[in-house]
Amino acid sequence: MSYTAIEAEALGKSYRLGLSGSYGSLREAVSGAMRSTVGRAVGRGEKRKTDVLWALRDVSFSVESGEAIGLIGHNGAGKSTLLKILSRIAEPTTGWAQVTGRVGSLLEVGTGFHPELTGRENVFLNGAILGMRRAEIRRRFDEIVEFAGMERFLDTPVKRYSSGMQVRLAFAVAAHLEPEILLVDEVLAVGDAAFQRKSLAKMAEVARAGSTVVFVSHNLATIQALCERAILLERGSVVDDAPVEQAVTSYLNSLERGASKNLLERTDRDGRSWKESKVANLAVYDSVSGEPDVIVGGRPVRIVVGLTKVLPTMDCQLTILNNLGQPITTLDSEVSSPEDVRDPEREPKIECSIEALPLVPGRYRIDVLLRGNQEIQDGLQAAAYFDVEPGLSGGRPMPVDGADGDVVLPHSWRLPG
Amino acid sequence: MEQLTAEKPAPPAETTTPTPETIRLEPTKGFRRVFAPHELWRYRDLGLQIAVRDVTIRYRQTAFGAAWAVLQPIAFMAVFTLIFGRAAGISSDGLPYALFSLGALVPWMFFANSFLLSSESLVMNQALISKIYFPRVFIPAGVIAAGCVDFAISLTILFLILLVYGIVPSLALFVVPLLIVIAVATAMGAGTALSAINVRYRDVRYVVPFATQLWLFVSPVVYPSSVLSEPLRTLSAINPMVGVIEGFRWALLHNGGSAPWELIGISAVSATVLLIAGLAYFDRVERTFADLI
Repeated sequence: MSYTAIEAEALGKSYRLGLSGSYGSLREAVSGAMRSTVGRAVGRGEKRKTDVLWALRDVSFSVESGEAIGLIGHNGAGKSTLLKILSRIAEPTTGWAQVTGRVGSLLEVGTGFHPELTGRENVFLNGAILGMRRAEIRRRFDEIVEFAGMERFLDTPVKRYSSGMQVRLAFAVAAHLEPEILLVDEVLAVGDAAFQRKSLAKMAEVARAGSTVVFVSHNLATIQALCERAILLERGSVVDDAPVEQAVTSYLNSLERGASKNLLERTDRDGRSWKESKVANLAVYDSVSGEPDVIVGGRPVRIVVGLTKVLPTMDCQLTILNNLGQPITTLDSEVSSPEDVRDPEREPKIECSIEALPLVPGRYRIDVLLRGNQEIQDGLQAAAYFDVEPGLSGGRPMPVDGADGDVVLPHSWRLPG
Repeated sequence: MEQLTAEKPAPPAETTTPTPETIRLEPTKGFRRVFAPHELWRYRDLGLQIAVRDVTIRYRQTAFGAAWAVLQPIAFMAVFTLIFGRAAGISSDGLPYALFSLGALVPWMFFANSFLLSSESLVMNQALISKIYFPRVFIPAGVIAAGCVDFAISLTILFLILLVYGIVPSLALFVVPLLIVIAVATAMGAGTALSAINVRYRDVRYVVPFATQLWLFVSPVVYPSSVLSEPLRTLSAINPMVGVIEGFRWALLHNGGSAPWELIGISAVSATVLLIAGLAYFDRVERTFADLI
């Protein structure tokens, strides 16, 4: 029998801007703390203490039991805030929601573990943190340990485990979770790639088994694979609640509308809030014609990232995605080659050269992530779009409609007759 | 990110299980969390695991282990005996000064450590608080539970030392559980309040060690409360540790005087007030922890 697992009505959440703790008198502090809507926002926008930011505004939707829905939207659109409210971590400022059923979350590997505790002790702790009953953990303990394959290390403190072992144990616990509602914020569950991969597989399994899943992710491909329906949030409000393909399309359209803006004006950024260096502009050039943003396939290409400041040990990661939002490839300067050039005297620009662009004609998007001083400095989705025109790949004309993939490889044949 | 090739989820399976419990999420007013027993009960397993964790990790990878629970009061006792007992010649109600101060230091160290650690506890558990929901009071309570284990160990050693000195427990021992409850309530009241303030104002980190030192000297640890004249002596029991410490001395050391019922009584009342006020404040601000921490 199906029932309404999650129902939200006019949910709103506001945060007060301004550095917490910067308030003046104790009296003000005490009365401020008594109010339920005090918030934190470090260095975002204008720092006036009376400013109120509505992270969510008038959000209503409902989810039937057994449904898997995705929450999509730009950074800062309110996806994580909504998930935090549904998981009871944060309280709404206005409106209400009703959640029916046992809620479980998948968390980053380290969250549920204490490094000084042994594997055995951590299984109990982590299980309880994920929402399992003690009796349930005890009943399934052997299964969990066998699944992780670490009978021998059960009494070793987890801090002595390799990261791979920690992931295995964390995942073994998570895999035995049987929630009626699974809330997953991919942004919160980041970290180890292996753990992430396994977690996603677990989510798919949970969804197939008839549980309700609410999934927040930037990865549209995963959302499309897992969810039938998606809710698109923009600046805290629901702008689309539709079958997943449709919602993803409206998201991609809104991304493209946002991309044409001056990059420095964009507020939907990743990275530290007090960035030392930001991505100022990003453009793709056809090295033959010298023209930006329209590239002939198979030609050499330069991607140029303009920065606001040069920091020591800067690195840049560029992800190229197709028009469905599926990543095609990632270019990362941190994985270095002897042919890379580092010159501290260089103007504040990072340049990535591709010998022959192996993409079929179509529209593509670039996401950028900037690192410097050992930290993520800046990140922008849809920093630029470019169109690939039909060209030659290794002297051979490219397929004109990219129905069978996005990539074309230079190749040759040997044929009889 | 990986591409998933997983199939789309099948339509919801028909189940015969009854509709599970519904939780309503909305802006709360008044006291909803700490004073919501069924909420605490629902999350009891996690509360237990947090307490187990805090007890377990306390002395992990320390050479002396739980001996620290004993070494700390004994070290203080030695210093206090030399300085206050010998050099300053402070009265000790006719008891050997070492015993006199140890009898006070055992409950005092429990209180001071619990207060200090619990005030830091929410901030130390940031990751947990910002990622999952549970009644947050489990965090400072877990620390205090761990402190109780120390308390039990040091209390046991105190009994052994008393036996060595030929002091045999009397019927007055029956008041000790009450004193322990007062001490726990005091630590819990002060600890939960300060841990909640710490979420917003990290000043607490600097205030608590300093406040604890001051508190030590307004409590009759190095001196007997009999040095105060009435009504100051009785009034001083508004500090709940006064009743606890004087009660300990009377019940365990038989310091000759009559039972300090008036001190214990006042301290019990003020500890209760402190506990309720601390929990009430915690309850009011608990909902904002995840936003502020």
